[in-house]
Amino acid sequence: MGISHVLFILFSVLILGGGVMVVTRRNLVQAAGALILTLFGVAGLYVLLEAGFLAAVQILIYIGAIAILIIFAVMLTRRLADEQEPGLNSQWAWALGTAVMALAILVIVIQGTWPLAGGVVGNAPPLTGDSTSRLGVALLSPEQYAFPFEVASVLLLSAMLGAIVIAREKRH
Amino acid sequence: MLIASQILGLIAPQWILLVAAMLVLALDLTLGEEREGWLPYIALLGLGAALVASLSLWNRQVALFEGLFLIDRFAVFFQIIAVLATGLVILASIGYFEGKTPYKGQFYALLLVTALAITLLASAADLVMVFISIEVLSVTSYTLTGYLIADRKSTEAGLKFFLYGAAASAIMLYGMTLLYGATGSTNLAEIGRTLSLASGEGSRWLPIAAIVMLLVGFGFKVSAAPFHQWAPDVYEGAPTPFAAFLSVGSKAAGFAILLRVFLTALPDFRVDWFALVTTLSIATMTLGNLIAIFQENIKRMLAYSSIAQAGYILIGLACWDPQATGRESISAILFYLLAYLFTNLGAFTVVIAVERAVGTNEISDYAGLIRRNPWLAAALFVFFLSLVGIPPTGVFVGKLLIFAAAVRLEYYALVIVALINGVISLYYYYGVLRRVFFLAPRDEAPIAVSTPLRVVLAVTLIMTLGTAIFAQPFIRLALTSAVL
Repeated sequence: MGISHVLFILFSVLILGGGVMVVTRRNLVQAAGALILTLFGVAGLYVLLEAGFLAAVQILIYIGAIAILIIFAVMLTRRLADEQEPGLNSQWAWALGTAVMALAILVIVIQGTWPLAGGVVGNAPPLTGDSTSRLGVALLSPEQYAFPFEVASVLLLSAMLGAIVIAREKRH
Repeated sequence: MLIASQILGLIAPQWILLVAAMLVLALDLTLGEEREGWLPYIALLGLGAALVASLSLWNRQVALFEGLFLIDRFAVFFQIIAVLATGLVILASIGYFEGKTPYKGQFYALLLVTALAITLLASAADLVMVFISIEVLSVTSYTLTGYLIADRKSTEAGLKFFLYGAAASAIMLYGMTLLYGATGSTNLAEIGRTLSLASGEGSRWLPIAAIVMLLVGFGFKVSAAPFHQWAPDVYEGAPTPFAAFLSVGSKAAGFAILLRVFLTALPDFRVDWFALVTTLSIATMTLGNLIAIFQENIKRMLAYSSIAQAGYILIGLACWDPQATGRESISAILFYLLAYLFTNLGAFTVVIAVERAVGTNEISDYAGLIRRNPWLAAALFVFFLSLVGIPPTGVFVGKLLIFAAAVRLEYYALVIVALINGVISLYYYYGVLRRVFFLAPRDEAPIAVSTPLRVVLAVTLIMTLGTAIFAQPFIRLALTSAVL
């Protein structure tokens, strides 16, 4: 068992343990903290898969922004951060069904072969060079994704505008 | 190889709309309150310029950015639909926000960005482009729905729309990743090629799972059952002009991308998605029409009616058969969307006029409308005739074309279900018209209609009748645009 196996098990424990804690903790702040563990574990898996840039983005965005945002939202909307929440609500049966279906899809995805892509399973071409700089080139060169990249800036602009319209203090 | 200036010419409608939106925003800050009234007209000028740019692209057939972005007649057709819908909605919203919110410029700017998103979506030929365009459309829609921040219903509608929409987008994105995983490409044409080469082989489940998930996202946009739950609350809470826009602009965009993705990337899986689309279609029209009967708010009723209409249009997709009805059924959908655009915008404009005079949207407030404003009553009569599908109106011709495709393929059951639904819908449309014509008004005061609203009513009325009486050029337009 190599070092990568050990790391894989470690990260898997982080992800699954964190995930279980997210749904079992009654305290929302603790649940959000457990979510950070899960997200960190996913970042670790990305590193193992040699997707360093994705791992960095995962930590910056999911842990640095989204998890913090969740904690802020919890602390600002509840007067007491240590309030207890019931673990289940009336929708639990639906949620269970959805979870089982998602699990089934995942199992099929992992088990199944992928013949449609020309049978490239397991022998995908090895990544050469620095994937981060290649991603940068792909995002900004007109032959690749420069146009959607620009459209994404329109998306961010309109989201910002929307946030201002909705949240700004009333003028009158 | 195209040089930069040629590319700029080919994406002119898009950047003109963006520049117009930015201009409206900048002028909103600098013009001052007494000249705020100019903003919608500036937005209309921008739309006019974009329309000219679109029309100049009519005969082009170009793929830009390595096939990410297609300019063909299908795309130009939806550019025209986007510009028309946005222009009419901007006219209908002049004066609407008086006393409701201090912010007006942002509404027009965001509406222009929404139009931009539809034009992008109509040209998107790559899953990356599809997703980003849909998200631009969604984010602006959420904001515009919750635009009246002082109105609890509007805020609630915006939040509900956002929660449903985010979930639908996430599922759709998962479907896209499955499709990418199965074929190794995000380009729609490339996906189609890979799938047709492999379609003889055993494992078809992956694209089928992707089809189901994509249908969730696209079904949400066109408000097909069972992804329709957002529509009634959102239409009721949103500013009425924007509810009108959602029912025609957003829905048309949903159908544009549904057709583009299914017919370019997944034609070899027609046997699989045919059953799904047929089921969705029957469920959507039946559910929409049955629940519409029980509505007491006219915006909610129109929401369910618009759900039902999505069901009729889905018949067109179910009846797409590359050998027998390929272009015919696509053109039926396009014609239907065009006719429905004018009809439903017209119906919503009557609602806006009544809302501005009465203050509410209860159907009971329509009692005696004929005595308060006979023109409004007559217009509503024509629009409802069209929505039911009674000649001589545009949606009637649209339904006829769609049924013709179904009959050609001998899918009589679909036609029969649709006809039964037409009869059901007669009931609730008549319920409103009965009040309008035969009940005594609670308040005799005449309802005044502002000039911009009169313009919208005139245009929509003429086009609702015109697309039926002079149907031939419009049918030809739809046929020439039905190339994917």
